Amino acid sequence: MTGTAPNPIACAEMELLIQADLDGELDAAATAVLSAHLQDCPGCAALQAELAGLGRDLRGALRHEAAPTRLRALLATPPAAVIAPRRWRLPALSFAAGAAIAASLVLLLPHPDADAGLAAELVSDHIRALQPGHLLDVPSSDHHTVKPWFEGRIDFAPPVPDFAADGFALEGGRLDIVGGRTVAVLIYRHDKHLLNVFVWPGTPAASSSSRQGFGLRQWTQGGLGFHAVSDLDAGEFDRFVQLWQGAA
Amino acid sequence: MPDADFAAALLPHLDAAFTLARWLLRDRAAAEDAVQEGVLRALTYAASHRGDNPRAWLLRIVRNAAHDRLARDRGRREQPLEDAEALHDPAPDPEAALAGREGADRLTAALAALPAELRECIVLRELEDLSYRDIARITDVPVGTVMSRLFRARQALLRLGRTADAVKERLP
Repeated sequence: MTGTAPNPIACAEMELLIQADLDGELDAAATAVLSAHLQDCPGCAALQAELAGLGRDLRGALRHEAAPTRLRALLATPPAAVIAPRRWRLPALSFAAGAAIAASLVLLLPHPDADAGLAAELVSDHIRALQPGHLLDVPSSDHHTVKPWFEGRIDFAPPVPDFAADGFALEGGRLDIVGGRTVAVLIYRHDKHLLNVFVWPGTPAASSSSRQGFGLRQWTQGGLGFHAVSDLDAGEFDRFVQLWQGAA
Repeated sequence: MPDADFAAALLPHLDAAFTLARWLLRDRAAAEDAVQEGVLRALTYAASHRGDNPRAWLLRIVRNAAHDRLARDRGRREQPLEDAEALHDPAPDPEAALAGREGADRLTAALAALPAELRECIVLRELEDLSYRDIARITDVPVGTVMSRLFRARQALLRLGRTADAVKERLP
């Protein structure tokens, strides 16, 4: 390390160049600058040797681990529930598959069955959300935390009212998929009952129904469609919807 | 089955996704759950996949599922990136974790001791051999951040290695 004193500023700039060179990310011009510096700077040359050795060691030490068979099976035969209709795939399909998709596309059209399909999907999302670890992406009873969490994740801003004083405590929020689009879900708790409120842009007609023992309520507010699912009894569920509509 | 082709395109990258989740979550069962969640999301979002790199796409989705899980497990709210840069979740005592280990074993233990944000960069670069640009896309940060994270990770691994060497030399 005798002779010309290395310039500490130049060396700090060289660190990322040395790394990029080893990672195969350096263009010819920068490579030339780097080689010139390395000839004069034993410190940087030593760093290069150390990083190169570390890279070799890491590539030798890191191994892929085989995914469990269960996951392999999941991809080999994807569950029908996640196979939503996809127009974009149609041209590549066989006639039989195309016909099957065309049949399921009917569900997207304004047709009495469309509501049934949506209700079934919402109920199954609600049930899935009751599984441990699936309910909340952002667990918080603070609507000032939940509301901004959705920003940047979806292209609309759902209102996040808190009805704790009325017996419906905000539990948090998550993203879910309904009909192939990403939707916001707000989760509330009333005693032991959970309510999932699915929100996305739209203007569904107000309705009240039930399916598989779960109640469904839908309404429109501020250009957004709200679809609530819960095993709450009908009277309490209606009160919840009124709270929402009063909060607007 | 409309998505059979798409699912088949993801299948070769399942081990990579699982390995990444394992490194992020340090737990086999949690990794399995995260990959399952990621695969289901991937199939559901299949229509939004326009790219030509199914591996990077699957890794990104599984990586996000793993991070969601990390955030949940920490019982903490999501933090903006500036705070995340403070880097959470290092092992309690890396030097102790390395004591008595040798070679590859010691290196993987040192890697496991790094914060998740640094760990994933190393795995994506050294195991998956991905470009800075792909790593940036997968981890949702600018390329410059990938470069600085990689460098910090490598510095930390070198430092941990030197410390372990020094400890060994002191032993009789």
